[in-house]
Amino acid sequence: MNKVVANAEEAVRDIQDGAVLMLGGFGLCGIPENCIAALVKKGTKNLTCISNNAGVDDFGIGLLLQTKQVKKMISSYVGENAEFERQLLSGELEVELIPQGTLATRCMAAGYGMPAVYLLAGYGTEVAEGKEVREFNGKNYLMEMAFDSDYAIVKAWKGDKMGNLIFKDTARNFNPLMAMAGKITIAEVEELVEPGELDPMYIHTPGIYVHRIFQGKDYEKRIEQRTVRKK
Amino acid sequence: MPLNKEQIAKRIAQELQDGYYVNLGIGIPTLVANYIPQGVNVVLQSENGLLGMGPFPFEGEEDADLINAGKQTITTLPGSVFFDSAMSFGMIRAGKVDLTVLGAMEVSESGDIANWKIPNKMVKGMGGAMDLVAAAKNIIVAMQHTNPKGESKLLPKCSLPLTGVGCVKKIVSDLGVFDVTADGFVCIEHAPGVTIDEIKAKTAGKLTIAPNVKEMAV
Repeated sequence: MNKVVANAEEAVRDIQDGAVLMLGGFGLCGIPENCIAALVKKGTKNLTCISNNAGVDDFGIGLLLQTKQVKKMISSYVGENAEFERQLLSGELEVELIPQGTLATRCMAAGYGMPAVYLLAGYGTEVAEGKEVREFNGKNYLMEMAFDSDYAIVKAWKGDKMGNLIFKDTARNFNPLMAMAGKITIAEVEELVEPGELDPMYIHTPGIYVHRIFQGKDYEKRIEQRTVRKK
Repeated sequence: MPLNKEQIAKRIAQELQDGYYVNLGIGIPTLVANYIPQGVNVVLQSENGLLGMGPFPFEGEEDADLINAGKQTITTLPGSVFFDSAMSFGMIRAGKVDLTVLGAMEVSESGDIANWKIPNKMVKGMGGAMDLVAAAKNIIVAMQHTNPKGESKLLPKCSLPLTGVGCVKKIVSDLGVFDVTADGFVCIEHAPGVTIDEIKAKTAGKLTIAPNVKEMAV
C-alpha cells in the first residue's frame, strides 16, 4: 500500500471550485503550508474553508483570502487578519464563527462516524439560533452536526508511506481530528519515512484515514507572537 | 487608587489552590501566571493542546511548533503533555479544569458574560471562550470596572452579544472584588484608596456591599 504523491500540486490536483476543505493548524502553527501554496497557484475558487483561524494577511489561509479564492470561512477566531475583516465587513466573504471546542468536536464527530453531538457551548447566545436544544440532567445542550467536508488537508511532523502520522508538540491541534474527517485526506509531512520506521505505539493518526501523503518542503513555520525571556 | 493590571492579576492569583488545573485567557489573565503563590502548585492548561505550560523560552530557543492559545512561543515543564483540540475541549467540558480566568467587555448581575463581538465593529470571534464559560466549574473575570468612555461594565443586562449565560462567579476589577450571586453583585473587597461610594457610582447592575467588606491586599 502506497499513498505517496510527488508533491503538493499532485495532492490537490482534483480539488474543484466550490469544494469544502478542512485545513489543520492553530494560528500559523501546524498549517499545511505546501498545500495552501499549491491551491493559490492552482487558483481554485469559491472554497469553503473550515479552519480554526484564517491566517494572517500574508501567510496561511490569508494567502487564499488575498487572491479571493475563499467564499466562506468557518472558524472560531479570526482576529489576526485585517484583509479578512475587510472582506467580512464589506460582505464579500461569508463567515460562520463557532466556538473552538464545537469546531473540534464537529470534526471529531465526522471522524468517528457520528452524525451529531450535543454540546453546552453557546447555549443562550446567538450561536444557538436555529439549533435544536435538548435538556440532559437539567442542562440545555445544542445539537451540533458533524462536518461534511470534501477534503481535509493536514500537516504532520512525520508520516510513513501508508499514511500513519505523528504530530509535533502543539502543532497537533486540529490536525488529527481533521485528518479523520475528510472524505479525502491529504497529509503533508516534514519527514516521510518507510512503513515500520514509526513506532506503532506513538502514531497519532492511523493511516486508514489518510489518502494522499507527500514529503513537504521549504517550511517557513512563521511565528505569530515571538515571546522570549532573557537568559 | 484603582489597581493596575499587574495588581488585578496578583489578586486573582490569591484564588489559586494547590493542585488546581487552570486555564488563563489572553490579556490580564495571562499575567496571573507571574504571581502564583509560593507552595501552590497549579498546572496551566492551554486550549490549543497543552497541559503544563511553562514560561517563555530563552531568546533563540523559541519553537514555532510550541505555542499557547495566544499564539505566543512558550515552553513545557516536567510532566507536560500535548493533545489534540477535541481532547482539550473534552477535558474542559467534562469539568476537569478547576478554574478559568478570562477578560470581559460586560458582565451582568446574573453572571452573563459578553466578550467576543461588537456588532458591525469588531468581528474577531469567540475562540474557546464560549466552551470555557459553558463548562468551567469556577470562572473569574479580570477586567477594568468601566469602559474607556467611563461607563460601567457591570450591568443589569449585557448589551453586547453574549458569550455565556449565568456563568461568572467572581469579578476582580481595578476597583474591587465582586461575587456574582443570585442577588446580583456583592462587593467583598475594595481596592486600596477606592471608596465604596465610587464603586457604587461606577456599578450599573444591582450591587450589595458585604457587611465585612475589606480592603484588598495587593
